[in-house]
Formats: sequence, structure tokens, C-alpha cells
Amino acid sequence: MENLIDIKGVRHAYQTDAGPLPVLDGLEISVPEGGFVAVVGPSGCGKSTLTRLIAGLMKPDEGEVWLHGERVKGPRSTVGMAFQNPVLLEWRTILKNVLLPLEIVPSKLSRKQAEERARFLLSLVGLEGFEDKRPSELSGGMRQRASLCRALIHQPDVLILDEPFGALDAFTREDLWMTMHEVKAREPFTGVLITHDLRESIFLADQVVVLSGRPASTQYVLDVPKTGKRTLDDLYTPEAAEHLNVLRHQIEIAQGRAPAEEGAS
Amino acid sequence: MNLTVQKYMRAIAVPVIAVIVLLAFWEWLVWYNAWPTFKMAAPSDLPPAYQRHWNLFLTMGWQTLWRTVLGLMLAVLFGTLLGMIMGFSRIMRDALYPILVGFNAIPKATVVPIVALMFVGQHDFNTVLLAFMISFFPIAVSVSIGLSTLEPEYRDILRSLGASQATIFWKIALPKTLPEFFGALKVAVTLAFIGTNLMEIVSPHGRGLGALFDSGRTNSDFPLMFAVLIALAFLGIVLYYIVVALEKIFAGWAERAPS
Repeated sequence: MENLIDIKGVRHAYQTDAGPLPVLDGLEISVPEGGFVAVVGPSGCGKSTLTRLIAGLMKPDEGEVWLHGERVKGPRSTVGMAFQNPVLLEWRTILKNVLLPLEIVPSKLSRKQAEERARFLLSLVGLEGFEDKRPSELSGGMRQRASLCRALIHQPDVLILDEPFGALDAFTREDLWMTMHEVKAREPFTGVLITHDLRESIFLADQVVVLSGRPASTQYVLDVPKTGKRTLDDLYTPEAAEHLNVLRHQIEIAQGRAPAEEGAS
Repeated sequence: MNLTVQKYMRAIAVPVIAVIVLLAFWEWLVWYNAWPTFKMAAPSDLPPAYQRHWNLFLTMGWQTLWRTVLGLMLAVLFGTLLGMIMGFSRIMRDALYPILVGFNAIPKATVVPIVALMFVGQHDFNTVLLAFMISFFPIAVSVSIGLSTLEPEYRDILRSLGASQATIFWKIALPKTLPEFFGALKVAVTLAFIGTNLMEIVSPHGRGLGALFDSGRTNSDFPLMFAVLIALAFLGIVLYYIVVALEKIFAGWAERAPS
């Protein structure tokens, strides 16, 4: 199967007063169509840079980012993004917030169809009845749900999630994980999830990519055997514990707290 | 029911009583010291003053009002434009900010004779110019801060979809800056009145309430001078609440419901 996202040998450095600061060095990530990859790594290893590269908000110094068989050279409307900060527009209702991308991206949907789709997405994430509320009237978890709807409204090929659940409490976060699975079942997308939470990574993704410390390269790739919809119980199996252990160990290597094993790159 | 009466009392009766107490004290002070009207005016002297000069108050008040509003509108236009330039370009901010601060630090009373001399005889123009010069600063600063502190994620949400800078400005940056803008506009309204009055009082053969005040001063007509002060305060309050009403309409979303 052709990969929807292909990141090949990407290098990038930020220009700082103290000289160039390399953040990515030889990054390789491939995501098949409909796949869901989680990217984990130590703090400040360039994970957010990666999202900006895929979204076309930045160009890498070296290497290539391919989306849908086309090389990414600038922003493209086939990408949806959600961040840790839900960045909803306070002066708009939730429904109008969700509709925002359609004001930018050319769409075949009529006004009425667009609104129906927005209402459908909102009901999918459990925000039915909140369409006409303002963001300030919603809790943090609800805002994040609305932000997710906004990222999906224009039916993007790729959904980029940059630590979207990072600021939520543990129980709300687990609720949103379940919501993510329901959304993906109804509205299939190819996803890249940046996260610090290893449980989140194996619960949501089909594949977990561990980045090395800065400058980041692909250090380890874990294939999660159970793909598709999961239940929270799946996190408490011996198999899940084994995966978490492996990932934790890889993170320690990335942080430089454990020696790299023979053969690990 | 009892609670609404209490609320009503607090919202209306308390401030009204405070004003009455203040006026009574003022009246008593003048009466106790037996000040004549060429030394001080009492509140009871004001209605006769308005009665005597009511047509002057109307024409002069209108002149002060339109020149202030025009100066303020120019300040809004120019201030917003300047704020946008400084908000979007780091280099322009570094270049313009020190100049702006320096300009703002000059007491505007010293600018009055210069302007009056430069454009001698052009009283309307001079007055509008001063109202403008004194009031654009807070607007420019607030707009530039509002724009430059826009979280990058807001930009990214639209930019990742291929939106232009202009679209990002109209859809996100401008509305997000509105609360700061209106905060500055409230300050600018008061400042614009100061600008208009400075010019009206200082420049010879001036018009407007400031000139009326000046003629009261020449004649030691304290009732007239105080009547002008009250009229100016009235105009200031009206303009201020117009801005508050506009703020409610355009930036009411920024007000949190009391919880």
C-alpha cells in the first residue's frame, strides 16, 4: 500500500544567536493511508517541529515530506490540526468555530450541508446541545472536543494532533481517547499524534515512533498488534505492560539515561 | 421582591445620594465663607448661568463635540493603522516605538502654541489636530500589543489551511484585539476632550466650550466657568458611555458571565 505520509531523511536546524540548533536529523516516518502513528520522545526533541513540517508551515533544511504522493512545499487544505491549546475563537459560537476552516478551504458543501456536518461531528464527540454556546462556557475537555471537530470539518486527509490531551485531567483524557476511537470509526482519517503519554500512544495508535533526543532521528518503531477500536481494559493486559516497558526503556535511552543497546540505531 | 428593591437602591439611590451630599457640601462651603461669584460659584449659581447663556452652550458645546469626535475618529484610524504596522513587523516596532514614546512624553500644552502659530486662523483644523495628536497613542499601543501577543497556534490553525495574512487578520487578529482596543478607546475619549479644550482655551479668538470658559475667566465669572466644566463633564460622560455601548456590541464576548 502506498504511504499517505512519507518523511524521508529530514534534517532541520533553527537559527539562534548561539548558532544553528539542530532539532531533526535523519528523521524517517511513514504512515499508510488510514494509519495512526504516535510520535513520542523526550521534551524539546523537535516533535512540534515535525507537525509544522507535515502541515507545510515550515520547510525542512534537508530531506523531503510527501503527502499523498505529492511533495509538501507549503500549507495545504488537506490537513487538519489540533493543539494542546484548543485555540477556539471566543467571539464565535461552538458551531461557528467548527465551521471556520470551511471559510478558508473551498468546499463542495452548501451552507446548510456544512452546518449539518458540523452538527453531526459535534454530536459524535458528545457536544450535542452546545452548538450555540461560547467557548468560555465549556470545560477544557469540551473545548478540546470542539477543536477536534474543527480539525475534521473539511474532511482532511491527515489529522495532526500535537499533544491535544496534554492539559486535561486523567479521566477526561481517557474519555477523549474513547471519543477518538469512535470518531475514527465514523470519520476515517490518517493520523499523526504527538504525545508525552506512552499509554495514550499504544491506546490510540497502530504504530509508535520513538524519537531520539535532540537532534531527533527515528530511534525505535513499535507496532501495536491490536489496531482499530480498543477498550481501556486493553491497557491492563500483560501485552500492554510489555509494550509500555519497551517504550519506557526507549525513552530512557533517548534521554541519555540508559545506554543504547547493540544494534539499536 | 425585597431583593430587587435592595438591588435597585444600591444601583441608583446610593450614587444619587452621594452626589446630593457632595453638592450640599459645596453649597454650604460657599455659603459659610460668603464667597462672592467673582471668587467662587455655588451649585445654586449654575442654573442661572445656563439660563443666561443657553444658546452659547448649545452652539459652543456642539463645536467642542464634533471636533472632539472627528479628532478621535482620526486617532482611531491612524492609531489602528500604526498599531497594525507595529504589531505585524518586529522591525517597524523597534523603529517606531521609541519615537512614539518620546512624542507621547511631550506635554501637549506646549504643542498648542506651536500648532496655533503654524496654522494660524485655522481654528477648527487646529483643534481637531490636537484632539487627534493627544489620543492616538493608547490606541496604537493597544492594537500593536494585541496583535503581537497573538498565540502562534491561532495563526497556524488558519495558515495550515492556506489562508492569507489578510484573512488571518480579519478572521482572528482583529476580533481578538477588540477588547484591548476598546480599553484604549475609553482612555482616548477623555484624552481627546483634553486636546480640544487645550486648543480652545489657549488659542485667541477660539470657539467651543473652552473659549466660553476662557471668556468666563476673563470676567471672573465663576458661575459661567463652573457651568462650562459641568457641561464638559456631561459631554465626556456621554461619549464614554457610547464607547461602552459599542464595546458591549462588538466585544461583549470578552466579558465573562459572573459565576
